[in-house]
Amino acid sequence: MKKITRRSFITACGAVAAAAALTACGGAASSASTAASSAAESTASSAAQAAGTLSGNVATGGSTSMKNVIAALTEGFAEVEPGVTVSYDPTGSGAGITGATDKTLDIGLSSRALKDEEKNDVDGTTVALDGIAIIVNKDSKVADLSVDQLKQMFTGEITNWKDVGGEDGEIVLIGREAGSGTRDGFESIVDVKDSCKYAQELTATGAVISAVEANPLAIGYASLSAVGDTVAMVTVEGVECSEDTVKDGSYKIQRPFVFVTNKSVTLSEQAQAFFDFATSKDAADLIRTAGAVPVNE
Amino acid sequence: MTKNTFSPRRVRLPRTPADWLEAIMNFLFFLCGMLAVGCVVLISVYMVLSGVPAIRKIGLFSFLFGSKWASTAAEPLFGILPFILSSIYGTLGASLIGVPVGLLTAVFLSKAADPKVRTVVVTAIELLSGIPSVVFGLLGMQVLVPAVAKTFGKASGACLLSAIVVLSIMILPSIVSVSVTALNAVPPEYEQGSLALGATDTETWFKISIPAAKSGIAAGIVLGIGRAIGEAMAVMMVAGNSPNMPDSLFRSVTFLTTAIAKEMSYASGLQRQALFSIALVLFIFIMIINVVLNVVLKGGDRND
Repeated sequence: MKKITRRSFITACGAVAAAAALTACGGAASSASTAASSAAESTASSAAQAAGTLSGNVATGGSTSMKNVIAALTEGFAEVEPGVTVSYDPTGSGAGITGATDKTLDIGLSSRALKDEEKNDVDGTTVALDGIAIIVNKDSKVADLSVDQLKQMFTGEITNWKDVGGEDGEIVLIGREAGSGTRDGFESIVDVKDSCKYAQELTATGAVISAVEANPLAIGYASLSAVGDTVAMVTVEGVECSEDTVKDGSYKIQRPFVFVTNKSVTLSEQAQAFFDFATSKDAADLIRTAGAVPVNE
Repeated sequence: MTKNTFSPRRVRLPRTPADWLEAIMNFLFFLCGMLAVGCVVLISVYMVLSGVPAIRKIGLFSFLFGSKWASTAAEPLFGILPFILSSIYGTLGASLIGVPVGLLTAVFLSKAADPKVRTVVVTAIELLSGIPSVVFGLLGMQVLVPAVAKTFGKASGACLLSAIVVLSIMILPSIVSVSVTALNAVPPEYEQGSLALGATDTETWFKISIPAAKSGIAAGIVLGIGRAIGEAMAVMMVAGNSPNMPDSLFRSVTFLTTAIAKEMSYASGLQRQALFSIALVLFIFIMIINVVLNVVLKGGDRND
């Protein structure tokens, strides 16, 4: 009894703090935990009777890019169903889909849309969208690039800004390290996988942004949620990168985060609960704090 | 010796509280000593166990001498020659700048400096050795990298040259402090003899003092090289980190240390194992440097 009172008190405080933080700055990284508890709080109250009754394990695995989203969802879900453990095995989207197909995973994770032949065995449910913003220095004269231009720039076919409408100067490509989800996302969408001629490979989104901020000839990419006003975002084929354009599909450099489930298997009770939680409105803030664009609001 | 005066049983069982305390403290000292030895053994065994599997899978030759690193490609390549060469070039470059400057600083401090100036310089160098590497990296990133880009008219200044400059400053304190100690220990008679024969101060320092202190100076240089080759943070912030061959001073390069540091957080499977193998290679490099250091120091003893 005492324990429950204390927890509800803390989550209530968390909800207030998160509300304040969200209105103030729209959810920086530091407000992630408070936002998590607020989302969990609202879910807990909406599903009060069912809360905390399930136990067991939910096996998920696949896309390495979905690490942050899954971590946030797992954290939030643990507040609702503390008895359920959600495992996550970062093996890559292909392995996630295969895992769902051959039933070794409850929920496979894919950071690309399913192909038609894959849809015979499995269903895909998009839980979030990943928008990758293309950022340049504020002094850059370039405001718009096409996907094809990006491809040529990142593979080294175009090396001077004047070829894409900017001032004369060598293009400095700033990217992320091998294994990063953002790099994987950008390179697979623009179709430059493993052929990028980076001048710098940095280990954090923030580092990419500050490197672009410091060098007037730099171009880089970063998760939409992380880009502030220290750098300029270019429009891609005339479309600005924002939550709305990512959601309606008009912004090109984006990809879906998909939950893959096997058609012939009914999800276990706990897996279904996690699935419902991840696709519910309450998970939207969690997904947003993890750097992706929620689709269910 | 104690065995001759006491029976073994008495030695084993202390009688007075003071004896007990002595025995317990002895055991504690032994334990602390063993802790360090245990750590070294544990780390060595762990490095070998976790580093060998990937080398087996990739093949020793294509691992050490492969010129392309693409750890997350569809058909991954794990050649660490670019990292090895970058580390070696970076360390050599840093020594080329750091050793002459450090050695001359040491001569100045030991022989020429006015006591007031000496205090100031010694304090500055001690401070320099205490500055965390991330601060060097930060300054390098904010000041040096743009400066290199501007000076040499390059688009990006994050390159091998920036790493060399940062490393050469970082290794200065170890070279200077060890060399000063060695130069101070040169017997004054040597120098007085040289001066009495009509040599100038400069001639005396370069022809008498430095040769007499050479083993100590060499130890300082080896220590500096050890620091340079093991540095990760500062290098990561200025070197650009693309896995390129270091064919130019202005190439964005990855050192052995930064190759591990930058990919570890998201690595999995063979990529992760390969990172441990890089660590093993680095470990072997450091061990070689330590062996050289020991040989140099022992050689010094014989000369004395």
